Amino acid sequence: MKLYEIAHSRTGDKGNISNVSLIAYDPADYEMLKEKVTPERVKEHFKGMVKGEVVRYELPNICALNFVMQAALGGGVTRSLSVDMHGKGFSSYLLDMEI
Amino acid sequence: MKKIRIGSGAGYAGDRVEPSLELIEKGNLDYISYECLAERTIAIGQQAKLKDPTKGYNGLLEHRMEKALPLCWEHKVKLITNMGSANPVAAAKKCVEIAEKHGLKGMKIACVTGDDLLPVIDKYMDTEVWETHEPLSKLPGTIVSANAYLGVEGILKALEQGADVVITGRVADPAIFMAPAIFEFGWALDDWDKLGKGTMMGHLLECGGQATGGYYAEPGKKDVPGMGHLGFPIAEICEDGSFAITKVEGAGGMVTPSTLSEQIVYEIHDPENYLTPDVVANFKQVKFTETAKDYVVVEGATGKAKTDTFKCSIGYKDCFIGDGEISYGGPGCLDRAKLAIEILKERLELVAPGQFDELKFDIIGCNSLYWNPDYKYNEEPSEVRVRVAGRASTKAVADLVPNEVEALYTNGPAGGCGAVKRTRDIVSVASILIDRNDAKPSVEIFTV
Repeated sequence: MKLYEIAHSRTGDKGNISNVSLIAYDPADYEMLKEKVTPERVKEHFKGMVKGEVVRYELPNICALNFVMQAALGGGVTRSLSVDMHGKGFSSYLLDMEI
Repeated sequence: MKKIRIGSGAGYAGDRVEPSLELIEKGNLDYISYECLAERTIAIGQQAKLKDPTKGYNGLLEHRMEKALPLCWEHKVKLITNMGSANPVAAAKKCVEIAEKHGLKGMKIACVTGDDLLPVIDKYMDTEVWETHEPLSKLPGTIVSANAYLGVEGILKALEQGADVVITGRVADPAIFMAPAIFEFGWALDDWDKLGKGTMMGHLLECGGQATGGYYAEPGKKDVPGMGHLGFPIAEICEDGSFAITKVEGAGGMVTPSTLSEQIVYEIHDPENYLTPDVVANFKQVKFTETAKDYVVVEGATGKAKTDTFKCSIGYKDCFIGDGEISYGGPGCLDRAKLAIEILKERLELVAPGQFDELKFDIIGCNSLYWNPDYKYNEEPSEVRVRVAGRASTKAVADLVPNEVEALYTNGPAGGCGAVKRTRDIVSVASILIDRNDAKPSVEIFTV
């Protein structure tokens, strides 16, 4: 199953740091997301793209996880060579992860 | 209990104008705040100001104010914005001119300054830059701007002096939304829990339509009604800091716990420590309750004491980026795109050996957004677009990238089409922390 089936996401950027949320549609799936979508798995999913560490935070009442990824934006929005300088497309990419 | 209504007039510099006018007319608002500054906006504004001392503010200011000022005056809505960018004084004077033209006699227009630290930037040369972990003096390229993220203080002073319109330069985004609540309810500036709630409100409003279904819609999974006439959000906040998010009835979009969930996590890191100049807010226990259609009560934010420092954003002349694109379609398009990239790699090495600081080769349609080498892109799309970008310290070298892409027309694989090229002079942004005593806001008021 892809995360896309059970969760939604939005990406934000600050400097060279990207944050990607993962929010369960159904609160019943939140525990499973916490178990399956570890920072290590997310780091592996973003192989070659995110150079720094990935830290995960939790917002339990809204069934959300927040992945904060360092050195993720090719030096930052203002100097990235990517088409997507903000990394805004990362949310859709996270939802493509198989669990 | 006393309550006020604050509308979100813009979520970025170039945001749509119509939803803000709808809010002023139909939102039963007390205040409308326009958030119009991205990280690099002021650096670009500062360069415009150097060329013309009457410029350097938001490019849409006149367009927005022509329509918004008369409406705000008529509906008794106060307007707060960071559209002053690199030149709040010139922006305020332009607003005075517009207000005079519309006969808004007696309107008080304030500008808040004090965020511009460029004149004293030399004293921070030993300060560590976040991005590079090196002293500011080691930053490559000329510094063109230095702006502290101010808090609510300057806006409060302006409101206390009766301002109807407040124009700022760099202030923290939530501050332009929270300041009205502090002013109207007389909150103490060390009532951290209330400031935590006010900050959460500001955070939910600061991106305009992103709270009402914008940047959210996903056909079949997250359907949003009326996207074509998407409305902007309104916060209804009470004296005790409790608040709800809603929108104008009949405006497109929707306000639900789900739309707000995406926005609360947007651009935050540790939810327990959301650093602003006014408070360290804690969003971890945030809870949304939909009490009526498009009316969501937001609870659970708290706060703790602010830090002794301000974040200061430094704009500097960084490099040149040249990029070019060319499309290939039909059977075999992916192989032709791959061949184009091989050719380009060889030619760029030939014409400028070792002269690029960085190069990126993409096939749009396959791997431009996601370049994990293991990510699947084996199925051939019906068309693809080759895109190459290169960073160099001179424009002449950067230009070689788009030129070589364009030259694929007559010197590359079959069927290349739709080539475009550009080279940009890049102003980048870096951050340092400064002592908050070094950036004191001051206020000037103009009466129409």
